[in-house]
Amino acid sequence: MMLKEKFHLLRYLSDGIKSDGVLLDKYRDISYEVNTIKTAEGSCDLKLGNTHVIAGVKFEMGTPYEDTPDEGGIMINVELLPLSSPDYFPGPPTDKAIELSRVIDRGIRESGAVDLKSLCIVEGEQVLTVVVDVCAINDDGNLLDAGALASLIALKNAKIPKIENGKIDYTQLTKDTVKLKELPITITCYKIGEYVFVDPTTYEEKYYDSRLTITTIDDSSIVALQKGGEKAITISDVDKMTDLALTKSKEIRKMIKK
Amino acid sequence: MVYKKRLDGRKFDELRDIEAKVGVIKNADGSAFFKIGNTHAYASVYGPKKLYTRSMQDPKSGIITCKYNMMPFSGAGGRVRPGGNRRSKEISMVTENVFKDLIDLSEYPNAVVEVYIELPQTDAGSRCCGICAASLALADAGIPMKSLVGAIAVGLVDEKVVVDLTYEEEHYPEFAKDKITSEHVADIPLAFIPGSDKIFLLQMDGVISKKSLIEALEVGKKAADKIFDIQVKALKEKYNVEE
Repeated sequence: MMLKEKFHLLRYLSDGIKSDGVLLDKYRDISYEVNTIKTAEGSCDLKLGNTHVIAGVKFEMGTPYEDTPDEGGIMINVELLPLSSPDYFPGPPTDKAIELSRVIDRGIRESGAVDLKSLCIVEGEQVLTVVVDVCAINDDGNLLDAGALASLIALKNAKIPKIENGKIDYTQLTKDTVKLKELPITITCYKIGEYVFVDPTTYEEKYYDSRLTITTIDDSSIVALQKGGEKAITISDVDKMTDLALTKSKEIRKMIKK
Repeated sequence: MVYKKRLDGRKFDELRDIEAKVGVIKNADGSAFFKIGNTHAYASVYGPKKLYTRSMQDPKSGIITCKYNMMPFSGAGGRVRPGGNRRSKEISMVTENVFKDLIDLSEYPNAVVEVYIELPQTDAGSRCCGICAASLALADAGIPMKSLVGAIAVGLVDEKVVVDLTYEEEHYPEFAKDKITSEHVADIPLAFIPGSDKIFLLQMDGVISKKSLIEALEVGKKAADKIFDIQVKALKEKYNVEE
């Protein structure tokens, strides 16, 4: 038996809109501010409709891996703060939080966006690790795309702190930024019944059949994928979703390049 | 030389710039943002709702739980590891104690009101900032309570009582521009019910004489009244109440 809620949702979708009235292939309004957090080396406070996230960048000193002695590290961590939704609770990271962290991480890592060699201090001994923490303030759906975008913008605006005698001086930031070679944009396409759309609210997220997260770079290459949901998707779905993701990512890339 | 001019040029009884906003987190039953200088706090309230942990249930009244947490990028130094530590546990506990006697949950047996406080950035005074935000969020959630709470840190910097210390003042011997007479800095977070001398939070670290302590408490009381005015204004703004 179909849930009453899902039945209503399908009626919205058949009219070409999501439950909040936004067209299937459109995002809600995106607004953001950069470097509002004084204690972070870079930050982005981003709102996507009623979804609100803050991404902050912190640098840490570490030792390189043996097989990459001249490369620094990168880590993305998503915190589903219990403050942001009645469905989140204090405690260790949930499966959802780990998936979000890893999928955002994959897009940025695999695109080679961050020049890890530029984070090397002393080869084989000391390298910087850049950590991006994404904190949810209000979750009204699509934390993945919002978090990925906020992470990228925070990274783009991060300043490397001064390093003295092998230690980080957090009180002094240099003019050096993290050099981004690519701008990987993460778009998640959702499918309910026969309908494909982007940017769900929590309402659509509750009843979706399947989803595909697609991260793409400027030359239209795909750098990361993640299929989610219980139902199968077909090759023609992938075809359609990739086209949609490419169109959307171009729009968003244009917005943040300004 | 006794502390003559504050490091950021404020008067000794002058608070940093304060901004308060109510209803900032749509998912929550009540929420607020409170900012004092470079210390910012979000607070959200969920409930009253059913408490599923049987051992914590009280058949006579609902209970309140508070969680204080610093976001990983909110500290002046390196990254704060997520997941909490001894400090955040203690602050959560003293925050809970501030509100226990002020709210009335007798209408909600076996229920819980959850308060979550998150700090995106800090520059001293974070527990007080969190309490100010939480107080507003509880009011926004319509939780029956006796009063709002104004929380503020006072202290002693180089033998002078000051209000609302910054990180640099808390570590004054490191940052002092003049020669100092006393190495001691006292930091006293306080929470008052406005217009009264009822104290619901009192902690101190450092060294202070009894005379200075009482003086500091009086200064804190006045500061809490100022915070109360700002809190009331923020609530009126959300609910469109004319002055």
